[in-house]
Amino acid sequence: MADRLIQIHDLEKIYKLGDVTVHALRGVSLEIERGSFVAIMGPSGSGKSTFMNIIGCLDKPTSGAYMLDSVNVSTLERDELAEIRNQKIGFVFQQFNLLPRTSAVENVELPLLYSSHATAEPEKKALQALEWVGLAGREHHHPNQLSGGQQQRVAIARALINDPRIILADEPTGALDSRTSIEIMALFQKLNRASGLSIILVTHEPDIAQYSNRIIRFKDGRLVSDEAVRRPREAQEELAALPLEENEAQEALA
Amino acid sequence: MMNKILPAMRIAFRALRVNKLRSALTMLGIIIGVGAVIAMVAVGSGATERIQEQIASIGSNVIIVMPGSITASGIRLGSGNAVTLTLDDAKAIANDCPSVQAVAPSSRQGAQVVFGNNNWATSIQGTTPDYLLIRDVGIQSGSAFTDQDVDSTAKVALLGQTVVNNLFNGADPVGQVIRIKQVPFTVAGTLVPKGQSPTGQDQDDIILIPISTAQKKVFGVNQARANSVGSLIVQARGPQFIQAAQDEMRAVLRQRHHLQPGQDDDFTVRDLEEVFQAQETSSRVMSILLAAIASVSLLVGGIGIMNIMLVSVTERTREIGLRQAVGAKTRDILTQFLVEAVTLSILGGIVGILLGVLASKLISLFAQWSTLVSPGAILLAFVFSALVGVFFGFYPARKAALLDPIDALRFE
Repeated sequence: MADRLIQIHDLEKIYKLGDVTVHALRGVSLEIERGSFVAIMGPSGSGKSTFMNIIGCLDKPTSGAYMLDSVNVSTLERDELAEIRNQKIGFVFQQFNLLPRTSAVENVELPLLYSSHATAEPEKKALQALEWVGLAGREHHHPNQLSGGQQQRVAIARALINDPRIILADEPTGALDSRTSIEIMALFQKLNRASGLSIILVTHEPDIAQYSNRIIRFKDGRLVSDEAVRRPREAQEELAALPLEENEAQEALA
Repeated sequence: MMNKILPAMRIAFRALRVNKLRSALTMLGIIIGVGAVIAMVAVGSGATERIQEQIASIGSNVIIVMPGSITASGIRLGSGNAVTLTLDDAKAIANDCPSVQAVAPSSRQGAQVVFGNNNWATSIQGTTPDYLLIRDVGIQSGSAFTDQDVDSTAKVALLGQTVVNNLFNGADPVGQVIRIKQVPFTVAGTLVPKGQSPTGQDQDDIILIPISTAQKKVFGVNQARANSVGSLIVQARGPQFIQAAQDEMRAVLRQRHHLQPGQDDDFTVRDLEEVFQAQETSSRVMSILLAAIASVSLLVGGIGIMNIMLVSVTERTREIGLRQAVGAKTRDILTQFLVEAVTLSILGGIVGILLGVLASKLISLFAQWSTLVSPGAILLAFVFSALVGVFFGFYPARKAALLDPIDALRFE
C-alpha cells in the first residue's frame, strides 16, 4: 500500500537575514505514509523547525515540491495555506497556546470558527473531542484552572476538532513532567492506532522519540538518518506499571 | 458575512472586558468628543432656533421707515431727531406703492400707567389696527380696536402681558379703566405674549392705543406737526417684493418731502428681516465653529483608539499566531480587530450621546440657554464615531492580519 500522505522532493529553504544568507534546508526528500507515527530529531539549527513549519503549511519552501494529501501545497497563497491548515493539519505546541480566559470547550471550538463550511453543532463536537482526550467534566474550566497535562489535552482536542489528516506536535512534552509526558504520548499512540491518524512529532528527547514508529534525524539542513523503530515503547503499559498518584487514586476510588 | 461578524463581536467584547479600565479610558476620548459635539450642536441649534422665533415675532416681510437726519442751518442732526413722517405719508404709501400690502403708522412714548393702587411705567404705542396684522400680534382676550376707534379718537387700549402682570395681579383687565398720563382708557383686550425681540427688548411691555388718540390726548405733540408719526411699519406683499417696496416708498416719500436729486433722504428705510437674518447666519457660523472645535476631541479620541489597538495587537501576537495556525485567514484577523476598534468607538459614541444630551439639558437648566438636540445630530454623532473606529482601527487591524504566523507563534 503505497498510500503516501506526504511527498517531499528536494526541499530547500534559504533565509536572508540582512546580508547573511542562511541555508536552513539543503535538499530534503522524504515520504510519509498515511497512519505513520514519525519522530523528528536534531540539534537546534539543524533545520527541523524550518522543516516542520513547511510541513505545517506555515512557511513556503524556496524550492522543491511538497505534496500533502495529493495537493501541491508549495505553490499555494497565504489564505489558501490557512485553509489547508484549518482542514488538514492539527497543531500541538510545547507551550499549549490556549487562549487565556477562554473555557476549554471554546478553545477546542476555535478552528471551527475559521472553517469554510459550517459545523452543525460545534459545541457538541467540541465536547466529544474533550471527552475523547479524557477531560469530561472540565469543559468549562479556563486554562489557568487546568494543569499542564490537562492544557495539552485541550490543545490535542483542538487539533482533532476538524478531523485533520495529520497532527504536528512540536515538542509537546517539553513543558511537562515525565509522568504527564507519558500520558500525552499514550494519547498520541491511541490516536495513531485507533483512528489511524498520522502524527509527526518533533522532540529532542530520545526517550520520547521511542514511542514513535520511525525516527528521522536532521543535521545542518540535511536528513542524516531515517530509521524504523523496531520495538516502540508502549505508553499505556508503562502507565499501568507506574504507581498511582494521590489525586488519581482518589479519582479511581470515586 | 453576519456569521463572521457575530463571533468577532463576542471575541471583541471578551477582549474589551479583560482590560476594563483600559477600554473605559480609551472610550473616554470618544465619549468626550461625541458628548461635546452633541452639546455644542445643541447649544448652536438652540440659539439659531431662538433667533428664528424672534424673527417670526417681528412679522413677515416687515420694513420700517423712520425719520432720517435733516440738515438745519448747516448742522446735520442725527437720524430720528426730526419729525418728518406724517399720517399722510402713510396713506400715500398705502395708495401709491403697489408692492406694499399694508402700512401702520406708529408713535411711541413712555408713560406712567395707573390702575387702582398699582402703577407701571411702560411704552405707549399709538397705531392703527393694521399694525396687529403686520406684526402678527394676536389678541389673547377681549378684542382689538378698530379703524372707527382710530377715526373717533376712542380711548381704548390693548395691554401687553407684562403690563397686565404688573397692574392687575391676576384679575381680568378687559373692560377695566386704566389711566395713562391721567387720561382714562378702557381696556379693550390683551395681546398674546411675544417674548423678547431679537435685540433683547421685552415686546410685551407695551400698551397699544389708536394713533389719533395718542396724538391728540396723550402725547401732546407739537401743534405745528400734529400729523407727525414716529415711524411707519410697512408690510411688503411677499419676500420677493421687499426690495421693490423699499424703492417705491423711497420715491413716494422723496416726492412728498420735496427733496431735490442729490439731496439726502430725510428718512431711513430698514428691512428688519435682513438685519436679523445676518444675526442668524452668524449664530449658525458660531455653532459650526463650536462643533468643529468639539470634533477635534473626537479626532484625539480616535488616535487614542489606534494607540490602544496597536498595544493590543502587540500583546496578543501569540494569540494572533495561534489563530492563523488553526486557519484564520487575513480577512478573519482583520475583521476581528476592526470589530474590536469599532465596538470601542460605538460604545463610546453611545455613552457620549447620552452624556451630550444630559449636558445640553443641564446647560438649558442652569445657564438658561435654549438648547435643541436634534435626532439628526445624534445619528450623525453615532455614524461618525463608528467611522472613527473603522478609520483608526484599520491600521492596527491590518498590522495584525499581516503578521507572519511563525514569528507570531514564537513571539515572547
